[in-house]
Amino acid sequence: MAVASQAQHQSPETIPAIELRGISKAFGPVQANKDISIRVMPGTIHGIIGENGAGKSTLMSILYGFYHADAGEIFINGQRATITDSQAAIRAGIGMVFQHFKLVENFTVLENIILGAEDSGLLRPSLARARRELRQLADEYELDVNPDAVIEEIGVGFQQRVEILKALYRKADILILDEPTGVLTPPEADHLFRILHNLREQGKTIILITHKLREIMEITDTVSVMRRGEMTATVATRDTSPPQLAELMVGRKVLLRVDKKPAKPGRHVLEVENLRVVDAKGVERLKGVSFSLRQGEILGLAGVAGNGQSELLEVLGGTMRATGAVRMNGQPLDLSGRQDARARREVGIGHVPEDRQQAGLILDFAAWENIALGYHHRDTYSKGLLMDQAAMRADTVAKMGRFDVRPPNPLLAAKNFSGGNQQKIVVAREIEARPDLLLIGQPTRGVDIGAIEFIHKQIVALRDQGKAILLVSVELDEILSLSDRIAVMFDGRIMGERVASQSNANELGLLMAGVTGEAA
Amino acid sequence: MDKMPRWADILLVPLISLILAAAISALVILAIGENPWNALKIMVTGALGSTYAWGYTLYYATNFIFTGLAVALANHARLFNIGAEGQAAIGGLGVALVALYLPWPHWTLALLGATAAAALFGAAWAAIPAFLQAKRGSHIVITTIMFNFIAAALLNYLLVGPLKPSGTMETATAPFPPSTHLPSFQDMFSTADTPLFRGTPANVTFFVAVLLCVLVWLLIWKTRLGYEIRAFGFSEGAARYAGIGATKIIMVTMLISGGLAGLMAINNTMGEAERLILNAVEGAGFIGIAVALMGRSHPLGVFLAAILFGFLYQGGAELSLWTSIPREMVVVIQALVIMFTGALDNMVRMPLERLFARRTRSTPLAPPGPTLHPPGRMAPPSTPAAE
Repeated sequence: MAVASQAQHQSPETIPAIELRGISKAFGPVQANKDISIRVMPGTIHGIIGENGAGKSTLMSILYGFYHADAGEIFINGQRATITDSQAAIRAGIGMVFQHFKLVENFTVLENIILGAEDSGLLRPSLARARRELRQLADEYELDVNPDAVIEEIGVGFQQRVEILKALYRKADILILDEPTGVLTPPEADHLFRILHNLREQGKTIILITHKLREIMEITDTVSVMRRGEMTATVATRDTSPPQLAELMVGRKVLLRVDKKPAKPGRHVLEVENLRVVDAKGVERLKGVSFSLRQGEILGLAGVAGNGQSELLEVLGGTMRATGAVRMNGQPLDLSGRQDARARREVGIGHVPEDRQQAGLILDFAAWENIALGYHHRDTYSKGLLMDQAAMRADTVAKMGRFDVRPPNPLLAAKNFSGGNQQKIVVAREIEARPDLLLIGQPTRGVDIGAIEFIHKQIVALRDQGKAILLVSVELDEILSLSDRIAVMFDGRIMGERVASQSNANELGLLMAGVTGEAA
Repeated sequence: MDKMPRWADILLVPLISLILAAAISALVILAIGENPWNALKIMVTGALGSTYAWGYTLYYATNFIFTGLAVALANHARLFNIGAEGQAAIGGLGVALVALYLPWPHWTLALLGATAAAALFGAAWAAIPAFLQAKRGSHIVITTIMFNFIAAALLNYLLVGPLKPSGTMETATAPFPPSTHLPSFQDMFSTADTPLFRGTPANVTFFVAVLLCVLVWLLIWKTRLGYEIRAFGFSEGAARYAGIGATKIIMVTMLISGGLAGLMAINNTMGEAERLILNAVEGAGFIGIAVALMGRSHPLGVFLAAILFGFLYQGGAELSLWTSIPREMVVVIQALVIMFTGALDNMVRMPLERLFARRTRSTPLAPPGPTLHPPGRMAPPSTPAAE
């Protein structure tokens, strides 16, 4: 293993803010961390990149006191530290922003910030102090949030800021962010990066865990790469490149762009006319959407999250009502809510939902139970009155093999697979049902590079079999590299359609921001 | 669930909880100046020491199996059916009507008829709360509780009025005709020389209950409906995505649950009292909640927990008969068992999980995998809607 140059960013102090020496951690037979050493210099942004399951989260959990290392030492500002729990980590000046926020949804921002850090039994003095400090922090770091807003009523980007504020309020000098952009829209992510820049300017040390190469290149000073529990390299960001990092992560050359032949569109599979959705609060989410989709083509729906793409997928997938007209293979679909998701599957619509944890999988079910979800009523899984569990298990083993799900254990509960492998289970189920139309939302959200490449190949292969694919993604790169045609959604409407090969990120970006007309 | 071996989860945790409950009960008995060891001996002999004792213990256990299964099944759909009490009472009404007003040539046919009536009436009583939950979002806990009161009031009215034979003072129906009498354990197992289970209420219904344990197990884990019920219970969003209708699952689950609770009436009304009396259920519906909790909503667990509560019921009765320990003390002991096995489950579970986690570090088990949520993170939090 090559621990490369530490030369970059030699700040006056040469004592690292954090130093880990020889950290090892095993879960049963799985060696999650193997003899990991890392030095994070103060006042820098240090990226840790690696596939899901490479051991990044375990390493940070050790640093934050959730796990105890089997071997190895932790030094904070040169002092040997024993971190027994998260309280000890906070006392040592470490703050952590989790991928899934830990906020009380019906508390205000201010109440969340002082939660667990109240000065006394009475809340008022703490709240007043927090309000003062919050104003200061907001000015210093562009971390502005309304202190009296209730968490469930503010956007995801703001919720994340509250998490950062919580850490700063507890006097954190070292901030760990775990996949912070996974839930953010591109503008929100940009704002987050500005905040991180400001924090670095003020001398804070930041560890950024991610699997997105773009983020690493954009914001970090130093990057450490992890693979299968080992630290394979630590390099100065400016001395490296995305292909090199990808290779270090996966251990082989990776295609960052999808290799695909030109589409051969056939007859129309899906025709959508003037689709409208009004949500429970009376807000119009889809404002007359029309488009069509043919055999053997991928239509990419680009757009900032929350502009109607989710609703469109749900309507087509049979879990939301709408008005308008949709024809599938020439047959009209009932949009009134009388036809459910099962009826949609019967007419040949497969659906990889945007949220695999809330919709695509039942996390407490074993993999073999999940492989039948939505298709559980089919004869292949039945034996008289009972379900044919042997057939379900055999089918799961076969699908896990073909889609390289790891570990290939059909008895394991879905929640115990990594994000990428969870997604592979969903994708395997939906693609292997051979639908005429595949709806696929955020196919690679929270999925590692190796799995992204694999899932993309499967989508293209399905297209080449003459199936129609409707792809929704907030990752513009993904839309651009996979789609044959691209439609951009903004505020419940389709702003424009482009041929993928003749478009670019700038043009689409303008449409995504709602700028239409001849200028675009 | 991967933190402990299955046997520890299913056996060790309840066992330790029970021992703790027993220890505290012993202290309470000491405090009122009685000998806890002596009390335990009386309970064990009184509930398990003879076929006579078993005849009562199994009779009570049979009641609890029915109500326990009812609550357990609803739990799988994440529906908390607190209304087993009322459903069992109305099930009794069904049994009484069928037994009194239809002619039955033989007890086997009567049992079939009464079974159908009890299940139908119990299901009907659960249907209205289920419908309100499915269509109007009225919380099933509130509505089923209210229906317990309505059931009690309804039976009160019927048993002092229309169903009471004229000329009697007792709030009960007329006795059922002899052709509907179910064979008791005494009839089934005694020989001329060795009378067994003499005078005890345990009857053939016990075997119906055991059969139902098997059927409910099949339903939950082997059938498509069970799959849908569990899917709905774990994740409503995923169920909707899979085309599993919420209305259908709520209605069907509650109808079966109510039916199971109603079936208790063939034990207490047809098998034991042989007429419908006021307040026949005697709280078995509520005990069913504790039984389902302790049995972890698994039919085998429900069966074992029901036997335990049958033991406590019968042992407790013996205790107040032979000592100066008041009958209320029995309720205290039962409450302690419920508290430790149900409400304080995590108090025992968490240290045990930690113990096993430490031990399994060296032994290869199912790999937790490095991407598991760290212990500090509880259930996967809902991803905030991207707005």
